[in-house]
Amino acid sequence: MTTTTPETPTSTVQPGQVQPGTQGGAVGAISNYLDERTSISAVVKEFGRKIFPDHWSFMLGEVALYSFVVILISGSFLTFFFQASMAEVVYNGSYVPLKGLEMSAAMNSSLDISFDVRGGLLMRQVHHWAALLFIASIVLHMLRIYFTGAFRKPRELNWVIGFLLFVLAMGEGFTGYSLPDDLLSGNGLRIIDGLLKGIPVIGTWISYLLFGGEFPGTQIIGRLYTLHILLLPAIVVALIALHLVFVVVHKHTQYPGPGKTNNNVVGYPILPVYAAKAGGFFFIVFGVIMLMAAFFTINPIWNYGPYDPSPVSAGTQPDWYIGFADGALRLIPPGWEWTLGNYTFSLNVFLPVVVLGLFIVAVLLYPFFEGWVTGDKREHHLLDRPRNAPTRTAIGAAGITFYCGLFFAASSDLIATHFKMAMEHVIHILQFTTVIGPFIAFFIAKRICLALQKKDREIALHGFESGRIVRLPGGEYIEVHHQLDAYERWKLVSFNDYQPLMLRPNDRGEIKTSQRLRAAVSRWFFEDRIAPVTRTELEAAHSHGDHGDHGVVEAKDEAMGGAPHIRS
Amino acid sequence: MSSAAQKKSRRRSTRTGRRHPLATVALIAIGLLFTGGAYALFNSTSSGTEAVAASQDQVDRGSKLFSANCATCHGMNLQGTSAGPSLLGVGAAAVDFQVGTGRMPLQNTGPQAPEKPAQFTTEDTAALAAYVASIAPGPGLPEAEYLDGGGDATHGAELFRINCAMCHNVAGAGGALTEGKYAPSLTGVSAKHIYEAMVTGPQNMPVFNDANLTPEDKRDIITSLKYLEDNPSPGGIELGNLGPVAEGLFLWIFGLGTIVALTVWLTARSN
Amino acid sequence: MADERGREMAADISGTELVPTATSHGDGAPVGTAVVSRDIIENPGLPSHRQRVTDVDPKSERRASRIVTALFYLSVVGSIGAIVSYFAVPIVPDDPASVRLNTLFLGSFIALSLLTIGIGAVHWGKALMMDHEGVDVRHPIRGTAATRARAIEIFDQANKESGFGRRSLIRGSLIGALAIFPLPAIFFFRDLAPIGNNPAELLSHTMWKEGTRLTRDPTGIPIKASDVTIGSVFHVIPEGLEDAEDLLEQKAKAAVLLMRLKPEDLNPSPEKVGWAYDGIVAYSKICTHVGCPVALYEQQTHHLLCPCHQSQFDITQEAKVIFGPANRPLPQLPIAVDSEGYLVAQSDFHEPVGPSFWERRSDYDNA
Repeated sequence: MTTTTPETPTSTVQPGQVQPGTQGGAVGAISNYLDERTSISAVVKEFGRKIFPDHWSFMLGEVALYSFVVILISGSFLTFFFQASMAEVVYNGSYVPLKGLEMSAAMNSSLDISFDVRGGLLMRQVHHWAALLFIASIVLHMLRIYFTGAFRKPRELNWVIGFLLFVLAMGEGFTGYSLPDDLLSGNGLRIIDGLLKGIPVIGTWISYLLFGGEFPGTQIIGRLYTLHILLLPAIVVALIALHLVFVVVHKHTQYPGPGKTNNNVVGYPILPVYAAKAGGFFFIVFGVIMLMAAFFTINPIWNYGPYDPSPVSAGTQPDWYIGFADGALRLIPPGWEWTLGNYTFSLNVFLPVVVLGLFIVAVLLYPFFEGWVTGDKREHHLLDRPRNAPTRTAIGAAGITFYCGLFFAASSDLIATHFKMAMEHVIHILQFTTVIGPFIAFFIAKRICLALQKKDREIALHGFESGRIVRLPGGEYIEVHHQLDAYERWKLVSFNDYQPLMLRPNDRGEIKTSQRLRAAVSRWFFEDRIAPVTRTELEAAHSHGDHGDHGVVEAKDEAMGGAPHIRS
Repeated sequence: MSSAAQKKSRRRSTRTGRRHPLATVALIAIGLLFTGGAYALFNSTSSGTEAVAASQDQVDRGSKLFSANCATCHGMNLQGTSAGPSLLGVGAAAVDFQVGTGRMPLQNTGPQAPEKPAQFTTEDTAALAAYVASIAPGPGLPEAEYLDGGGDATHGAELFRINCAMCHNVAGAGGALTEGKYAPSLTGVSAKHIYEAMVTGPQNMPVFNDANLTPEDKRDIITSLKYLEDNPSPGGIELGNLGPVAEGLFLWIFGLGTIVALTVWLTARSN
Repeated sequence: MADERGREMAADISGTELVPTATSHGDGAPVGTAVVSRDIIENPGLPSHRQRVTDVDPKSERRASRIVTALFYLSVVGSIGAIVSYFAVPIVPDDPASVRLNTLFLGSFIALSLLTIGIGAVHWGKALMMDHEGVDVRHPIRGTAATRARAIEIFDQANKESGFGRRSLIRGSLIGALAIFPLPAIFFFRDLAPIGNNPAELLSHTMWKEGTRLTRDPTGIPIKASDVTIGSVFHVIPEGLEDAEDLLEQKAKAAVLLMRLKPEDLNPSPEKVGWAYDGIVAYSKICTHVGCPVALYEQQTHHLLCPCHQSQFDITQEAKVIFGPANRPLPQLPIAVDSEGYLVAQSDFHEPVGPSFWERRSDYDNA
């Protein structure tokens, strides 16, 4: 009686169906409880064995995600102590060389976090290192996406979302950099103030409203704090969620390789392998950040002291991700400012704003531009090797050169002192690098790509040199070539190939200007190209007799037990 | 005068070697420094004069050393030559700083005289300083009470930020000036040399006379610098105290480098 | 040679027009200028699965599982170590070394506990969990024809039921209302800064006025002309600044750098001849580029350098810009000496100090 009753309801209600809740003890009971209230079993069924491809470069976005989680955790701890107020107080904490000094409550509480809360300094350093890592990993992630063409249809919109996250992350970074109200961040805000004032017509008012009066005012820290801990993180979290939803909808891209096609995903299931790896990876990222925070000082606000408009430190720089903007300001030559009657037009300040704006908009729009050039409306789930898209790779190299020129300009003074150069020369060299460098980088990168493609083609057709010299019966010496096997060769021959758009009149016999433009851009993109090896070519290269020496070599090679070559 | 020539002249007390064309430029610059410094001191109302009377023996010894090592450029009577500035009125402090930090004798032409291992013993440096001070008065060696690091670190740090940090960096790590010149790092510099530099304004550094920063102010500044030196950063390794650039570089190379290496391990197939 | 042949062949095979002549992969989307060749090498398919050491050697499997377990136990040690060091390595007031140790110990132990969990989990996943590749099939991102048809149908039905397309008056007025309703928000931003002041006006004046003594920053001690020796530099604030209610705002405009050169080194233009006193000159310390303090004075070259963006100003040429992004010279503060020998301002600056702004006029004179 007692043994049969528990089984009766299940078997009578749904005969033949296995009820997880009745097996597996406590875990089963909890699962059953949850599923009956959330339909969670459907989610597990849908996603539990979803395949995720394995490659180190696919982890970069995760680094960004995990450092953001670390930022949220450490940042929440900091908010318990931080006071976003510019009210003047007298410092009475533990750091001797600042005792008795007047400073804002923000600076005072930042110092208290550092010196009077156990683990407070550790958390500050975790927060700051994680922030630097967050943006650096976003940049590296974006570069991976760009150079492998992962932004192509259907992922253009996710590129836009990722790009917005990058911009928001910089905003988060800068607002956070300003909060302690130390000398470094105060001078950073002063530069922002100057930058805003340089905007024609409305600049003076933007600065006046933002600072709540004249610089520095008593408002700015509180306002930045609201942005830093409320508005910006809320948008970031929402966009991250959307970003990940799209990753699930699109399924992850994969690198070309044997067995991988545009219509499949090859990899490991989320449960259990991927969950173990990705879950473990969170702890690894957190651990590395923690190590950096434990051993390396970041932003020693106690050295900088409270903000005061008069002093400044040598080597006043923004955090690395704002470096490109600071560098742009430094590279402008003297004299780029004009007065127009009763108004002043500061191109020396406004031009960097405009150029950087255009630069990041260009980054934002690139997927749409390339889609327009190729006219390719297919879905692309197989990534490109960078060499197989030479013009795209070259544009990327040019963009990196431009960015790095600006970025290094932000440390022109440190480059000067550490490489024993005059800072004027450093600036001139970087002006050249930023303006001319991208063209040189474009040219070099494109040639390297084409050369690598040629090499790939050569190897795919004729194998690679083995270094063994063989004397033929006729007395001739030849070098034995090792043929690739089909798996190795596949990596070299499977890629997309485009050719320039040929102008043709439309139905009414006219050629539109937009078509001409598109044809010109398409020519620029694709006029130098190396087509993938075709089956006919491969057969021709391998056929005996009609291809001269190579045929002989291969025959010899096979006879001598070299790598087998497979003909398709 | 080129370094090789200078070394030779010290060893053999003869004038040998040809002057590099740039040497003149550099030496004119140094000449301006010293004449400027001297002029400044004559105008000064409150600069200290020789506090301790040097013994005649010391002065004699200094005179001999000077003739052998310095007179080539600075003239037999400290009047200066086309190769070096007049040292009249620069005082013992300037000599002690320039010779004691190895900046003089000049070894190379360049944007500025770099710090290098001192070429003279402490006694020889003191003798030279005594000799130069005996010819014409100037700022003397600082008194020990201002060098003990027992001042007010808070006040010193504030003064340091206002008067010094723009060139030397808030943590005294140094920084760039124009045309290849630089403000040197203050780490490891002795209190005496810091004091002397403030008083005499070597090379392109401005003079901070006692009306600008009183001896007590200078003591406070030295105190705050010593505090930084004696108390390593509470946050851990300092990365050169160079600010966000060093932090960014470290993050990209060490932080992201480590993590990328770990992703490679993580996604590599186990063997 | 090989690539030339490739090019020729490609040109033979493909169409070049935009219209979808050839389709690939069966999804019917236009391929644009892509070369779609039928003469392609076949995908050889997935390589055969390679077994790991842990799959074939029970000994190394056991070792791997021991390592993973040990790592997880080590993590527990790390966490407990962190808790212990929270109490065992306290922060001692006024001792930065104790903060350093506290940070170091807490951080190291927490890092130990985190890294061992992470490495342990990954090692488990790599060495012990089944590692057979799986293959998922992709489906086109666009909905199926039936789904899309149904979506259109729903919209049509909603349009019909609401009359959204038909009732153009309602629709138009709704769009209008929606476009206008955010406008009040813009006006709300006006009170971010106090009413009644014109920022351009505020930027044009500082605390300096006739007879204001020049005092040392930060002590506020007045400066005698005789204190300023050649080659020295003074960081200056106006007398009475400490008592100002808006101290930082005033200081951000009024900070001044005072230097003495040989009078013959100064080359004043005719209208500024009387602005120096015996070789002593005072210039605004706020950069005309974006407002950093320009405080790096080289006493031999008489150059001022801004450490933020490297603008350089030559004091012998009335602080003219000789390098860097700034355009305007630093504004000069006309100075004189009062009856007690203290340096005083003759007037305020004759132009706004600091970064340029739109409303900054080009004709600042003695007005």
